[in-house]
Amino acid sequence: MSTGDSGTGAAGPAPQSVSQDLPGAPAPAAKSDTPKNDGGRSGRNQIRREQRRVLFASPAFIIGVLIVLFWIVAAIFPTLLTSAGEKEFVEAGPNSKPFGDSWLGTDSSGWDVYTRIIYGARPILIVAPIATALAIIVGTLLGLIMGYYRGWVDEVLSRVLEAILSIPVILMAILVVTTFGKSTPIIVGTIALLFVPAITRTIRSASIAESDLDYVTSAKMRGESGLFIVSREILPNVVGLVVVELTVRLGYAIFTYATLAFLGFVGANVTDADWGVDVAQQFNQIVNDRWWSSIFPATAIASLVIGVNLIADSIDKALKS
Amino acid sequence: MLKFIARRLFLAVVTLAILLVIITAIPNLAPGDPARKVAGGTASPERLAQVTEDLGLNDSIPQQLANTAKSVLTLDFGTSAAGQPVSDILWSSLGNSTKLVVLSLVLIVPLSILGGLIAAFKKDTWLDRVIVNVGVAFSAVPDFVAGVFLLAFLGVPYEFFKTQASAPGEGPITQIQHLLLPALAVLAVYFGYLARITRAGTINALDADYTRTAFMRGLSTRKVFRNHVARNALQPTVAVLGTQLGYLFGGMVALEKVFNYPGVGKMILDAVEGANYPALRAGVLTVAIIYMLATLAADLLVAYMNPRTRQSLGDN
Repeated sequence: MSTGDSGTGAAGPAPQSVSQDLPGAPAPAAKSDTPKNDGGRSGRNQIRREQRRVLFASPAFIIGVLIVLFWIVAAIFPTLLTSAGEKEFVEAGPNSKPFGDSWLGTDSSGWDVYTRIIYGARPILIVAPIATALAIIVGTLLGLIMGYYRGWVDEVLSRVLEAILSIPVILMAILVVTTFGKSTPIIVGTIALLFVPAITRTIRSASIAESDLDYVTSAKMRGESGLFIVSREILPNVVGLVVVELTVRLGYAIFTYATLAFLGFVGANVTDADWGVDVAQQFNQIVNDRWWSSIFPATAIASLVIGVNLIADSIDKALKS
Repeated sequence: MLKFIARRLFLAVVTLAILLVIITAIPNLAPGDPARKVAGGTASPERLAQVTEDLGLNDSIPQQLANTAKSVLTLDFGTSAAGQPVSDILWSSLGNSTKLVVLSLVLIVPLSILGGLIAAFKKDTWLDRVIVNVGVAFSAVPDFVAGVFLLAFLGVPYEFFKTQASAPGEGPITQIQHLLLPALAVLAVYFGYLARITRAGTINALDADYTRTAFMRGLSTRKVFRNHVARNALQPTVAVLGTQLGYLFGGMVALEKVFNYPGVGKMILDAVEGANYPALRAGVLTVAIIYMLATLAADLLVAYMNPRTRQSLGDN
């Protein structure tokens, strides 16, 4: 969402950008958000400090961090937050209403909904960050190199990325996971791979814009190698954008994993606590007026995605300030 | 303009060709025995042989590629294991998806453009902040989460809203009534995104010199908006709508599951469940083609709205 204003189209339910061939739409990073200050490192540091101050003063950022921290604690130390086990039949019995014998009620299997939610934070918080990190590394490298060198390799790769982007992430993930198998490493790899095109495209445009600037030209004239220019001259100037892209994609990775889980494309065991799986197992109870066993895990998914997006949005705003 | 159209069409064909290569490559790249993964652990040897055949793995790779290309060009995607032509299932699912997409667009387009315009004209007021922030919060939420909420808090308590999206009867009013909840979920997801794009486009257009000049010439706000702001402000919105159409058709797999709606998403899920690979591949390819046609249409529309964009195609 954060980059919506600049038209990169990173927002929306389907995280795809405005078609690359649309010159009418504002180019994603044509105006890089990071101030270009090739005058010296101290100038840049001062700007960074100022941006951090704006960021830490933003209520949206603080709320986002608190939400995400809560779920990280739940994922690492679930026993701190609940005394029951994820598959323990609690005293309240099955289908107990919330705010009664059991705080958030119990589901049709007799498991405590609150406990399931606490334990369910783990799978999503393992898969989404790893997939995002992999995608960011590959996407940033590709984008920088393609944007700096251009040429026919860039031309061909751009077409390939465009082709991948023409299929909704969730459909491509279904296709790959069905033929490759449902294991966690495959899911991580699939999400990572499917996020690379969008990241590459954003970083590539930024890299192109930077390559036209004087500091790159002067580095070239000094006789610096392409590797040096990409890693030491261009990369520091697109770091802000990479950070924004990282947080935005993390939101989508959570979104994508939750959807895959809801559709039954993760893990072998449906009794393991997992938000998406729990919603899928329990949403049929809604028509029997037992809404809590699916609505609470659904709320957990929503809260985590919104938390990450609040952070992404505040970082984006701070970088533009 | 003709040159622009030709160049844009050529790019679309290239992209489609690459896509065919990728789709054909997937089963060949899969580790181990992909047929076993598709068919499930308990499949009989005959079934496995059938699925291997469906995956195309018995043919040479160039032959597979030719088959994929042929299926797209002839719109004949083979038959499922049960002997039913895949295109039959595909057309009926596409028809159902189209109903949902049309109803969703009827809600989304006017509401989010209106929201974006209000936010832009009331920039930096509380109204602007509410529209932007509520929209952003909702658009971050997965579609099925929005769907489950609507199901629990509108579908079950109120007789008016239906929990099953496919109507028992044929009447258009009944059908709309049944499709209302999934369409509202789509609205929740898309409103913030489109409103924000519209807002940004409108703010840019309002700041532009030609707008200032128009105001200085003493034109009324209404006239300035209609003659000078609208066509420029809405370009990004049109472009984004084009890219999202493919997603509306194929990306709503989870939402269709919540409301048990037999659209393209449900067809793809059923195909996975029944190890019906031809149907799975056909569904994915169809969605990709819809996306390509929609972005093509959006690009041409933007080019029509703003002649300057016709020249810069390709220098991105």
